[in-house]
Amino acid sequence: MTDLPTSRIDLKAVLHSSAPTIAKDDHSEGMSYLQSVPRRLVTLYLPLSIIVIVLLFPFYWMGLTAIKPDEQLLDLDKYNPFWTWNPTFKHFYKLLFESHYPMWLWNTMYVAVCATILSIIASVLAAYAIVRLRYKGANMVGGLIFLAYLVPPSILFIPLATVVFQYGLFDSPMALILTYPTILIPFSTWLLMGYFKTIPFELEECALIDGASRWQILIKIVLPLAIPGLISAFIFCFTLCWNEFIYALTFLQSTSNKTVPVAIVNEFVDGDIYRWGSLMAGALAGSLPLVILYAFFVEHYVSAMTGAVKE
Amino acid sequence: MADIAIAPRRAKTEIREASAWDQLKHNRNWLGFWFMVPALAFLIFFLAYPLGLGIWLSFTDTRIGRVGQYVGTENYEWLWDDAIFWLSVFNTLLYTFIASAIKFGIGLYLALLLNENMPFKAMLRALVLIPFIVPTVLSALAFWWIFDSQFSIISWSLKQMGLITENINFLGDTTWARICVIFANIWRGVPFVAITLLAGLQTVQPSLYEAATLDGASRWQMFRFITYPLLTPIIAVVMTFSVLFTFTDFQLIWAMTRGGPVNATHLMATLSYQRAIIAGQLGEGAAISSAMIPFLLAAIMVSWFGLQRRKWQQGENND
Repeated sequence: MTDLPTSRIDLKAVLHSSAPTIAKDDHSEGMSYLQSVPRRLVTLYLPLSIIVIVLLFPFYWMGLTAIKPDEQLLDLDKYNPFWTWNPTFKHFYKLLFESHYPMWLWNTMYVAVCATILSIIASVLAAYAIVRLRYKGANMVGGLIFLAYLVPPSILFIPLATVVFQYGLFDSPMALILTYPTILIPFSTWLLMGYFKTIPFELEECALIDGASRWQILIKIVLPLAIPGLISAFIFCFTLCWNEFIYALTFLQSTSNKTVPVAIVNEFVDGDIYRWGSLMAGALAGSLPLVILYAFFVEHYVSAMTGAVKE
Repeated sequence: MADIAIAPRRAKTEIREASAWDQLKHNRNWLGFWFMVPALAFLIFFLAYPLGLGIWLSFTDTRIGRVGQYVGTENYEWLWDDAIFWLSVFNTLLYTFIASAIKFGIGLYLALLLNENMPFKAMLRALVLIPFIVPTVLSALAFWWIFDSQFSIISWSLKQMGLITENINFLGDTTWARICVIFANIWRGVPFVAITLLAGLQTVQPSLYEAATLDGASRWQMFRFITYPLLTPIIAVVMTFSVLFTFTDFQLIWAMTRGGPVNATHLMATLSYQRAIIAGQLGEGAAISSAMIPFLLAAIMVSWFGLQRRKWQQGENND
């Protein structure tokens, strides 16, 4: 994934191989030949499949509920609940054309993209300054940013609500766009610091000798080399924004401004016994964009996750 | 850059003193400061300031739409005698402790399993991470449906198997509700623990296992004396994060039970939301969330010492 030499945890290996070193180079099985097939069945495949089935079942159930006709949803005895032979897109239709769902989706996307871009810009500058400018107290500031990562939204939302109100941002997407970076900046700064550290000093020294300013070095040398890191930071921040709930729940009031997670919890739960189909369709449609993004960038996700822990 | 070669005869400009402007432009410390401004502005205005403001609010009787007066520790005294607050503290500790322990156990086990050689490895690893990607609230809704009191698929399956005769009231019974939310939290947290530990596992040299096999070590001994010690640093960090985010969890509970039945699943975060935003008592809500800070500090200390130890294991030169 990254061609840079010094990353301690080989990210490609996390997804593709069992161990990055010696044993893999000759495509041998490592030491697994020491185990017999029946033994592997019991100690490996059986527990693994149980865990994977449990992890994925809720999504299967979500998808199945979303396409089942209503009468099959509520009559478990007449129809086999685990499958349906006459799928319907009625719930999705209702969702897309008879509710505000497209607008909520748009809000979520808008807030997530804006907040992510703001945070990435701020974090690139901060991470570069901490790692390469090494100004006085850089290490301490790095430590403080790490601490900021550990401050959870659930102790900040009450005072932030008053702050947001004071600034006149209440019930506007700007409230979220400006508050989400507090969650994203510490994380992405920390991640990018790790990436910048792997870029050789010599490149920057050459540029300095050629008379480049720090700004030119950052734009023309460091950033192009850190693109994998930027992608990781970007999609991970995007996911975090999409996932965020408590700020969106507290700072937004009008139905048309809500984001998908909040809107589904608040607007769809109306006590109607037939709500399950559209509720699950909404949950599925809200997850799909992220899952598709994930499918394209699996390695970047993993590197973002492990990168944040690694540093 | 190369201008010198093109215009060689230009008179040498006199060397001047560095002006204040030059200082601002080129001095490393000032330059560092300019680069830090955007990030610091966000973190100071929307993180540090609210953090302080939250502690201040907890000493006032602020309500929504009304500026509060300083009332000393009244909010805390009030909470001290509040049975629901203590119940939420108990719930939070129970939730955090049980969920984190099980997440760690299953996560480590899953990481070890995924580290084996097998077909479709990459795909399996990618699938395992999906619960972590999907927004928590949306998967919580799926659990809400799975744990529905009338149409729960679990009740139905158990009834078909003849194990129970009546539907289980998953989210209506206090014990069951606790089990369900803890289960949902574990379900969501295991992928994170597993994939990060897997990344750690892959830094372990296979030759160590080969040597241990030659020495006649059993699988348990290999785990206990090779894998586990080499993994401790990353375990310390991952578990700190896991504990921290479990402790301050809000969305899972809010989407599944909203703290019910009879406050059995109220965590401190959900209780503070209910008191501060729904009931409008900002001061009291702030006191509840401020009460979480000592616990968080404890978790951060653990993380700090975990990191220190890691440095020491890998040698000082960490750049």
